[in-house]
Amino acid sequence: MSIFIDKATRLVVQGITGRDGSFHAKQMMSYGTQVVSGVTPGKGGQLFENVVPVFNTVAEAVRETQANTAVIYVPAAVAASAIFEAADAGIGLIVCITEGIPVLDMTRVLPFVHERGARLVGPNCPGLISPGKSKVGIIPGNICKPGKIGVVSRSGTLTYEIIHQLSTHGLGQSTCVGIGGDPLIGTNFIHCLAGFEVDPETAAIVMIGEIGGTDEQQAAEFTKSSVTKPVVGFIAGQTAPPGRRMGHAGAIISGSSGTAAEKMAAFEQAGISVMQRPADVVPLLKERM
Amino acid sequence: MNLHEYQARDILRRHGIPVPPGEVASTPQEARALAERFGGKVVVKAQVHAGGRGKAGGVKLAKTAAEAETHAKAILGMTIKGLTVQKVLIAPAAEIASESYVGIIVDRASQRPVLMVSPAGGIDIEEVAAKTPEKIHRLAIDPRYGLLQHQALTLGFKLYADVKQARAAADIMQKLYAAVYGVGASLAEINPLVTTPDGSVQALDAKIGIDDNELERRPDIAALRDVSAEAPAEVAAREAALTFIKLDGYVGCCVNGAGLAMATMDLVKYYGGEPANFLDIGGSSNPQKVVAALRIITSDPNVRSILFNIFGGITRGDDVANGIVQATREFPLKVPIVIRLTGTNEREGIAILERAGFTALSDMDEAVKQAVAKAKGKAA
Repeated sequence: MSIFIDKATRLVVQGITGRDGSFHAKQMMSYGTQVVSGVTPGKGGQLFENVVPVFNTVAEAVRETQANTAVIYVPAAVAASAIFEAADAGIGLIVCITEGIPVLDMTRVLPFVHERGARLVGPNCPGLISPGKSKVGIIPGNICKPGKIGVVSRSGTLTYEIIHQLSTHGLGQSTCVGIGGDPLIGTNFIHCLAGFEVDPETAAIVMIGEIGGTDEQQAAEFTKSSVTKPVVGFIAGQTAPPGRRMGHAGAIISGSSGTAAEKMAAFEQAGISVMQRPADVVPLLKERM
Repeated sequence: MNLHEYQARDILRRHGIPVPPGEVASTPQEARALAERFGGKVVVKAQVHAGGRGKAGGVKLAKTAAEAETHAKAILGMTIKGLTVQKVLIAPAAEIASESYVGIIVDRASQRPVLMVSPAGGIDIEEVAAKTPEKIHRLAIDPRYGLLQHQALTLGFKLYADVKQARAAADIMQKLYAAVYGVGASLAEINPLVTTPDGSVQALDAKIGIDDNELERRPDIAALRDVSAEAPAEVAAREAALTFIKLDGYVGCCVNGAGLAMATMDLVKYYGGEPANFLDIGGSSNPQKVVAALRIITSDPNVRSILFNIFGGITRGDDVANGIVQATREFPLKVPIVIRLTGTNEREGIAILERAGFTALSDMDEAVKQAVAKAKGKAA
């Protein structure tokens, strides 16, 4: 098992003929993901890499290829529209890699997605991977190994660093989810923790947070009340000065509730083992398992 | 992107919100001319992207046009929180009967725009929130329907008992909500919203922050950016599509990805050093970005060693390596450099570096330890 994606994932790639979309579509295909179709308006009828049919709309792609998951690589200016389209076409899992979507667009996207019963991962995220089964997004497949650790993170390359630490020490992963660094995202820590808790293949969970907002504090409360599996956590931004954006639109400390110190304290109170640095992940997990 | 008060007032005015008169001056002479035109007492207000202008002496009342000129002369060129004042707002001194607060921010938790109002205006709203939270009234707005009239009026009555004033405030709230979506604001505040002795309700001071992601599709708003009001290194970084924030330490950091960049700064501290900056070269790197990054880092005289921490995903190791080699040819480094390079095209990247006489590490902790040690070695 795994969460959100597995061998049954049938993927449509929105923006498959674009620079990023085509590169990563090939990467996902060579990883073994079932890429069943692509969408680029105006390029319907083409074949991507001689095998993947391209459609003008997501609705056609769903009808013709039974896609159940969509991944979005289109430019920021049209990314909100791409999410609306995927949700309207009945896609159950929408993964938006694109960064730079205006937050006000997301205030309209999220209720729409929710009303149609779809799950959105992202935006501004690296996507997901269930090692050995399916990869949706841009997490490098070669650093992952199949195994029992569930990873959920707000970051991109920091996630790779942690996965790399796990894999090189023989700790494989059930699923790794990058939920994205934006202030408004579709899937949060709690959704992933709940998924890992009921996933029989996940034995322990690694949660990687950042300064800004209170998602980590809420995740800590949820862990305390509803997660029986061991959880190890990290918060990036301990040295960040208050009131400044640290690249991610989400990583801004405003008021006291967003600081690393406060989040680390919330983790500890919830029984989450707190890493001081990425290299602590392996010893802490071994201690807890 | 932050807007100046005078720019925010303009936006409110364009959205139909009553804003008392006021114009901006760049020289003491202009300030005097404006004060003469307005007649009577005027307020001279520094236009900088910093709070606490009043406490810093950046807001002064002038009884005459000559006094307005004197105040403008003192305030223009003044430094407030490291930023030089280039412009002053000249506005007729308003007679104020009451001060309230009205603001809209996008709230992460409810994932909606949230309207906040408080009868305790004129002071820092975070202070009100901390000391007298019961004086702040909040409403999460459903963006599908916008701010409905009865919702706005309910909050209007939290500010004013008089129905006319409550209606006026409600109208201002609905227009402020329209302005948020109209200009792509992540924050819009009227503080204070005042009543005058004749009973009218007006937006005396305004603060608007624009979501940077909105600027591409709003060239008119992007044109409001005041580069002279920002730190030069941060302007250079933005132009090179990098994210850079200067800090007070001495280990210059160049990392791909914001989360890893923050974790790298934290690790510098963990090993006893102090990071000189946050610098994220972003996802799809090209060598030119790396050159720009090195130029920015080396322009900081406090930097005693440079640390690269690259975990290639979309970013390719060979691109970063080429950038480092190219940069050091253009401007030889005066401080030691430590490079950690792993992930996509790491082998190609390391080969490029080695041909140019650099070495590369694969472990993050080892690289940070070395960078801190080298920074300290040079200091000793």
